[in-house]
Amino acid sequence: MSLLQVKDLTVVYSAGTPFAHTAVDDISFEIERGDFVGIIGHTGSGKSTLVQTLNGLIKPTKGTVSLDGVDIWAKPKEIRKIRFRVGLVFQYPEYQLFEETVAKDIAFGPTNMGLSEEEVKQRVLSAAKFVGLKDELLEKSPFDLSGGEKRRAAIAGVIAMDPDVLILDEPCAGLDPLGRDVLLAQIYRYHKERGNTVLLVSHSMEDVAEVCDKVMVMNRSKLEMFDTTDAVFSEGERLSTMGLRVPQITSIIDDLIAAGVPLKKGTLTVDKAVEEITEYLRGEGRL
Amino acid sequence: MEFISVQNVSFQYEVQDEDGKLSRVKPVLDGVSFEIKKGEFVALLGHNGSGKSTVAKHLNAMLTPQKGKVYIDGMDTSDEKLTYDIRRRVGLVLQNPDNQLVASIVEEDVAFGPENLGIPSDEIRQRVDDALKAVDMYEHRLKAPYKLSGGQKQRVAIAGIIAMQPDCIVLDEPTAMLDPKGRSEVMDTIMKLNRENGITVVMITHYMEEAVMADTVYVMDNGKVLTSGTADEVFSRVELLKKHRLDVPQATELCHKLRACGVKLDRLPLNEMDCVSMLREVLL
Repeated sequence: MSLLQVKDLTVVYSAGTPFAHTAVDDISFEIERGDFVGIIGHTGSGKSTLVQTLNGLIKPTKGTVSLDGVDIWAKPKEIRKIRFRVGLVFQYPEYQLFEETVAKDIAFGPTNMGLSEEEVKQRVLSAAKFVGLKDELLEKSPFDLSGGEKRRAAIAGVIAMDPDVLILDEPCAGLDPLGRDVLLAQIYRYHKERGNTVLLVSHSMEDVAEVCDKVMVMNRSKLEMFDTTDAVFSEGERLSTMGLRVPQITSIIDDLIAAGVPLKKGTLTVDKAVEEITEYLRGEGRL
Repeated sequence: MEFISVQNVSFQYEVQDEDGKLSRVKPVLDGVSFEIKKGEFVALLGHNGSGKSTVAKHLNAMLTPQKGKVYIDGMDTSDEKLTYDIRRRVGLVLQNPDNQLVASIVEEDVAFGPENLGIPSDEIRQRVDDALKAVDMYEHRLKAPYKLSGGQKQRVAIAGIIAMQPDCIVLDEPTAMLDPKGRSEVMDTIMKLNRENGITVVMITHYMEEAVMADTVYVMDNGKVLTSGTADEVFSRVELLKKHRLDVPQATELCHKLRACGVKLDRLPLNEMDCVSMLREVLL
């Protein structure tokens, strides 16, 4: 059985008023345990609304969200428990830091889960390690950290709950290229080591191409595509009609294919492209 | 002296310790100098904390140098009497459009700047219309800003600056929060204002694909200017950029790596079209 099942999900804001707006329109999909899924779509396409329904912050207007086969709204009073299992890191999470020390901030989630002091401590240390926060930062005030460190601290706070599903909404926005690469690599390593399911909302096609196995494309409140990453990024033209694009490298290889060079469609990374091109040249005896 | 002249500027922020005492920490800018010509398009690159945004805030007297001087069209930014004149000449656009829009109707938001300059109302009307047309948002002039997409909001924020008729716009990561379409809308607008209206542009960005459109690229590191030159010159220094936590466009990186594998390419491309045409020659 799939870990997460979404069926006929619709979310309408301000329903029944002249301002009614359907943010998510009748979508269904399933996510397997251990998947790393990218969610892309233009601004206002419904991505953020969708992820907030997955951990019960927003109640569906119609349809269901099931975790391990159980409707998360079956017992509305226990919805809090769902939030421990589906951890959501918002956009610019560093604005949500509030505690006196970094360690206390990271401990907030696990403490509320009712874990023992010892276990909370363990969780804080291991979460901090996953996001690459040095030990000496843990006793500092979160407000004395740099922007990148604050972001890491905020993400650690969600990882510390050890959720089955970790959802990150634009975790790399505003970070410099190296900061972006390092954070993505850490999320990827966390995913590999723990085997947890990760959903990554991003406007960077390059980032999604780099780490995700599957990609979900939202367009005007509908789920337009949901397939493997290379399948989605082989449809450059279809994506551009939705205000999206493929990574630059994918588009370069596509253009070369169109010009008659036999390369592979849906090439996602620079290293892969280098491999393809040198292999082709060697095959032709030109390298 | 050029239109913008930054001369040996140093700056450090003050932090308050637990007893409320102010102390200065490590310098954010450490002897930065550069000159920008009227009508030039400059991209400012650098990793987080390299001092880029602090430079941007020096260009319209939001911050003034603790050492050194900044001159805008000959006006010293340290002279408080000139602050308003300087801000009228140099407009600043920030990352998050939601923090920059103040009114509940698009055209009122754009009128906010000129109203504060005490401009007669017929002229404000004209300026607002012109500014909205320049960023291609005229048809949305009666909408509420919250109903717009990110790219549209950012273009309204730019229109609000344009309506003050500045000589120069400084943009601090104007596309960081936008989707690909919004990003190209904003970039097209910036290019148009620079090329057609002759407005000087200083843009901070983490996207190398945007930086390659500039006439001149400055790379900041550790409070200093690490390297500068045309986009071609700067992005050919792939190793140097990588060492300082920066990236190059994927097109450039691909050819750089192919060259290392022995593929003969006499230069490095900056954009997709250039890259494809170079590779076609080698491959076909």
